[in-house]
Amino acid sequence: MSTTSALGGVVRRREDPALIQGKGLYVDDLNLHGMLHVAFVRSPFAHAKITSIDTAAAQAMPGVRAVYTADDVRHLGLLPAQAAAIGRPLLADGEVNHMGEAVVMVLAETRAQAQDAVDAVDADYDPLPVVIDLKEALANTNLVHEGVESNTLITWTAPFGVEEDGLNELRAKIDEYKARDDVVTVSLEMVNQRLIPVAIEPRSVVAEWSAGYQQMTVHSSSQTIGAVASAVAGMLGIPYNQVRGIAPEVGGGFGAKLALYADELLIPWAARELDAPVKYTETRREAASNTIQGRGWLGTSTITGTRDGQVLSYEIDAICDMGAYCQDLTVAIPFLGVFVGSGQYGFDTRMQLDCVVTNKQTTDAYRGAGRPEAIYYLERIMDAYSREIGMDPAQVRMKNYIPSESFPGAMSPVGFAMDTGDYAMNLQTMLDSPEYSAMKAARDQPRSDGKLVGLGMSTYVEACGFGPSALVDLGFSWSGYGQPSAFNGSGLVRVNPDGTANVIIGTGPSGQGHQTTWAQIVSNELGIEMDKIRVTHGDTKDAPITIGTFGSRSAAVDGSATFEASRKVREKAARIAADLLEASEADIQFADGGAHVAGSPDKRVEWAAIAEVAYQPHRMPDGEEGGLEAHAIFSPGNATWPFGSVACLVTVDPETGDVSIEQWMSVDDCGNVINPMIVDGQIHGGIAQGVGQALFEEAIYDDEGNLLTAGLIDYPIVTAVDVPMFNLSRTTTPTDVNPMGVKGIGEAGTIGAAQTLVNAVVDALAPLGVKHVDMPMRPRRVWQAIQDAKASA
Amino acid sequence: MVLGTNLRFFRHIGVVEARFQLGLNFLMKGEPHMQVSMTVNGQAVSGDVAPRTLLVHYLREDLRLTGTHVGCETSYCGACTVIVDGKAVKSCTMLTAQAEGAEITTIEGLAENGDLHPVQEGFWERHGLQCGFCTPGMILSAVTLLEENADPSEDEIRLGIEGNLCRCTGYHNIVKAIEYAGAKLRGEEPAPAEWEVKA
Repeated sequence: MSTTSALGGVVRRREDPALIQGKGLYVDDLNLHGMLHVAFVRSPFAHAKITSIDTAAAQAMPGVRAVYTADDVRHLGLLPAQAAAIGRPLLADGEVNHMGEAVVMVLAETRAQAQDAVDAVDADYDPLPVVIDLKEALANTNLVHEGVESNTLITWTAPFGVEEDGLNELRAKIDEYKARDDVVTVSLEMVNQRLIPVAIEPRSVVAEWSAGYQQMTVHSSSQTIGAVASAVAGMLGIPYNQVRGIAPEVGGGFGAKLALYADELLIPWAARELDAPVKYTETRREAASNTIQGRGWLGTSTITGTRDGQVLSYEIDAICDMGAYCQDLTVAIPFLGVFVGSGQYGFDTRMQLDCVVTNKQTTDAYRGAGRPEAIYYLERIMDAYSREIGMDPAQVRMKNYIPSESFPGAMSPVGFAMDTGDYAMNLQTMLDSPEYSAMKAARDQPRSDGKLVGLGMSTYVEACGFGPSALVDLGFSWSGYGQPSAFNGSGLVRVNPDGTANVIIGTGPSGQGHQTTWAQIVSNELGIEMDKIRVTHGDTKDAPITIGTFGSRSAAVDGSATFEASRKVREKAARIAADLLEASEADIQFADGGAHVAGSPDKRVEWAAIAEVAYQPHRMPDGEEGGLEAHAIFSPGNATWPFGSVACLVTVDPETGDVSIEQWMSVDDCGNVINPMIVDGQIHGGIAQGVGQALFEEAIYDDEGNLLTAGLIDYPIVTAVDVPMFNLSRTTTPTDVNPMGVKGIGEAGTIGAAQTLVNAVVDALAPLGVKHVDMPMRPRRVWQAIQDAKASA
Repeated sequence: MVLGTNLRFFRHIGVVEARFQLGLNFLMKGEPHMQVSMTVNGQAVSGDVAPRTLLVHYLREDLRLTGTHVGCETSYCGACTVIVDGKAVKSCTMLTAQAEGAEITTIEGLAENGDLHPVQEGFWERHGLQCGFCTPGMILSAVTLLEENADPSEDEIRLGIEGNLCRCTGYHNIVKAIEYAGAKLRGEEPAPAEWEVKA
């Protein structure tokens, strides 16, 4: 029996034994001696001047050790961000710009004492007009920030890199299409609503300062612990090599734990000020109002095409809600939508995305980040167009795909080179499947229960696995945090003297199973048994320079770095083994815990024996250095571009508007697969989040800027009864931008989901005349759409 | 204009959350304390707690059983689920005092003599967890579900864990994990995995 892993094999997760026995360590589980606890006074207003803050009563409360305001931390500067058009003060400085903004930080001996002291702080505010509605924000009716002429921070246009003259030529060309008499033009204004990411683990930060060793240790439930360590070093004036960032188990991230937060700087700062360990764990309410939110687009999609399904042009004009401040990638998120703005298609595409500030919490990366929004607008209008001309939506898509012959390196109409793709093959795989046929049959079956039935489908392409070093020039790096590293991957592989291996990586999981997947990569390359490989992550003390986990990049970028480091180790080990076995290096093969000569399995040496020689340099072949470890940095030449086809069958109860998902299937293509079980799990979870957006979720701010959905009762996420089993299959189109041919799968499920479900509901309601239902499609909204359609019929 | 800073921020508080906050406030030093005794994971424990200490805080802070997680403080997410006298209970909405004399099982006490409970085994075998944060509560809910219904249908499983939220898995493999455990507990061979496990 082989105990080493091949890529493409299912291996049970190595992280699970601790987690299923309650023995995993999350940040909030830390309880350090003498630890102080933090609570924040938060703004009750969405936009106001702070006229006074009286902390005297709070300072005198039992157990309170310190109360800080902007006056204490102003000298540290604004929260660093990658695209900081409008930076956030660490504590509100004279003005608050969204409800829940941190105004005062209280430290006390217990969490209860800190919360109690928060209530004793007396802060006065002078309210200012609030900017909530996106169209009013764009019109600059009121301004969010003083001294800024416009609420619009940036306008992204596509095709990317085309100047205004070129865009005007494209507009003129599209106008000519629209004037033709053999075309139809279909247009819809649609909402892609604001969402709250809702990792089940609230964010938590613990910092320890050693005055003696001048060493800062920051524990944070972060996807990007290297960025946290860099920012702490830069802002607190501590050399980077005296800051240790640790992300232990991270209880779900979904992009929300990618952004750097003010508390990740304030807690270490306070730990140094007070020379005591400090902890802050956000409440669920704070997680809703102060962890970044996602999406928030209001846009109009327009498609022009012939009556036989040839699309001539697609346009999207959208207003994108940035919230009050820029955090990590805030304004870059819609830009990620530009990457996939034309989807899998070859037709002319024009995009205009106006990014506006509002008096709401910042938006940033939430699972998919710009790409679900862009694909939503595109695939909804493709569906509406297909319906308008009476063609099968799958056939309309087939007719407009970029052909497989254009790959590798097809240029998308929005101006990006794509790695590999075979979209027609992927969609055809879904159409030919018995599951899809069954859904079609079920849709057309007469029903006796009065339910309306709909079949929805859509296809998607994604850009992920960032990324190319040159993206630094577009602002994609941690240079804003004082660490000018591109979005490289990194991995370090060390074979120890006893033949075991340590793999230390610069990216860490928040559920994705890195310990298992990375052990498979190394085991496959070196032939070392899985049991003898230990993967560690999330500690900047040991790790190679780390970037983090986001944008479905870990396997494609950091996995590739680890693959290359393994290969370096293997090459050296092959030379040692060749010397020991008196064979040619070219004939050395690795499997089942050792090296052997090709064709002579008996001429064999174990890894432990190879390692022993490596650490006794006098026994090494001439010219070889001692040791058996290697480090690699990997910078891909392009993003990777996964794609797929999705379909679902729904029933709608016309009496209540309740939507029920009966069947779901997808055919995803993420290139080569390392562990199919983990890949499927990523797709399952991604689908559920897309379903959540389509059916339930919405971050609702009222006219005064109060977040009305700050708890899980008001912000329902998908439960077990809301989704069916998911029927997954895949096609395999390896990428050519990394050595393993892997793309990325963390976000694909989400990117493909929401529009598929809306398309299905519209399909069910189309006989009544309904053309669109905005998300979230809660029963009341669906019921209302049915009533409105009946009234106008 | 003077306002209590938190008044409007917290105006949408549910009763449950108010109770949670209250529980925290009574953890303050100087609060009158009371003796509690119970059995946790087979061990008799007793402690000195403020009367309104919530069970989840007693377990996590006093007994250092940190496998019980706090996810929402509103009894909605279920990450804090423990078994109290045979019933799955959300320990963020139960007072420690209410558990006086109770038999409590937390995730740390589910495996016996180092052998995983079939539900734990099922979650491992069928990839029923990703980040692991909801997992302890999810597993304990599943344990009581299978005690009440030895052979649940898929719909009954879904309904049985509706009170436990998972943001990672889409529940697909959690349902499979519970089906696996149910079969094991009934002495049957579990249905094969959707994938061939190689190691």
